[in-house]
Amino acid sequence: MSGVTFIALLRRDLLLIFRQGSDALITLAFYLLAVMIFPFGVGPEPDLLARIAAGLLWTMALFAALISLDRLFQQEQEDGGLEQLALAPLALEWVFLAKAIAHWLATGLPLLVIAPLLAFLLGLPAAGIGTLVVALALGGPALTIVGAVGAALTLGARRGAVLLPLLVLPLYVPILIFGVGAVDAASVGLSASPHLLLLGAYLLAAIPLAPWAGAAALRIAVE
Amino acid sequence: MTISGEFETETFAGAAISCRRGERLVFAGLDFSLVPGGLLLLRGPNGSGKSSLLRLMAGLLQPAEGSLSWDGVAIGRDGDSHRRRLAFLGHLDALKPALSAAENLAFWCGHGAVEPALSAWGIDHLARRPARLLSQGQRRRLALARILASKATLWLLDEPTNALDDEAVTIFAQCLAGHRASGGMAVIALHGESDLPGATLLDLAAFAP
Repeated sequence: MSGVTFIALLRRDLLLIFRQGSDALITLAFYLLAVMIFPFGVGPEPDLLARIAAGLLWTMALFAALISLDRLFQQEQEDGGLEQLALAPLALEWVFLAKAIAHWLATGLPLLVIAPLLAFLLGLPAAGIGTLVVALALGGPALTIVGAVGAALTLGARRGAVLLPLLVLPLYVPILIFGVGAVDAASVGLSASPHLLLLGAYLLAAIPLAPWAGAAALRIAVE
Repeated sequence: MTISGEFETETFAGAAISCRRGERLVFAGLDFSLVPGGLLLLRGPNGSGKSSLLRLMAGLLQPAEGSLSWDGVAIGRDGDSHRRRLAFLGHLDALKPALSAAENLAFWCGHGAVEPALSAWGIDHLARRPARLLSQGQRRRLALARILASKATLWLLDEPTNALDDEAVTIFAQCLAGHRASGGMAVIALHGESDLPGATLLDLAAFAP
């Protein structure tokens, strides 16, 4: 079988997300609502909100990634597409990477756009907002690609949607720490670059390792 | 192929294959061989391992014992070449409901192969219809059009005529005859009676442990 290339798969997945629409919109709506509901719980004091803004925006980004990821390979498995992809000349590592990139473009990128606005509403200092965008641009793809490994591993598991956070949240801790650290540092006038460099290092390590692990999990899933 | 000279004919063969699913041994000691133009029909009751054997042949499953080879080379050792020469159709049609028939086909086989395959299967008028609006039989025709368009040497088909009407069954027989006439091979799991000419029957009940 020929014709299945990395670019073709990426384009098809984006087209599918665009036509089905709901997945990407639900993630964005979840993020907006989850962040906006917080002030109702902790009270509207501007000082408090400004102080927790970075942690809040990052934690919710993490959960938004999780709720959107559990369907990443499930649909392919249910309609038989996964076994066809496993038989296509394109290696499963590339299949994994293409699907993860398409998923980030559809769900992660909108968060990256909306996050500065939410940060502004929560009263995060202007210096922190720029850093938040950079940190999310580095940490967001890492959330997706690491979470996608979890999605591949829980494929076919009976309570996959519950299992996924248990597997993936521990791996998200470094992203959360350095992501929040970068914004906090910038907000008080310190250099954010050590945190950003560590986020970048995490992403650079995840890009080759995650497809390798994810493809192995997908191979088990099609057996 | 021509340079190696001595072995002009390719053969696809399995020797002493056993298949295990979970704890259960499905079949054991199974041999088969297939030459260009050959057709192997898999028969046997439910659960006798027809689908498992097709998945073994595709390389999606590994045999518990024994080996499968193409021209004497184990397929596990050269998985890339094996995947390139086969087209597999399982129980599921692998169609995306949100894509049109033509888009579904073009994703797997490239744009050039879409037109001829759709018209061969008599569904060219459905090219722009989303797959979610196709009937079960139309979906199966589209899935079989993918096999035809793949230009693969080895067809592995799991109950391909399910949900097909009489006209489509005739088209299927014609496509299969054309495929075999041009040196292709096919392995087909079938339930009902069939009148496919020149087929070798392989009854999996004989290899039950």
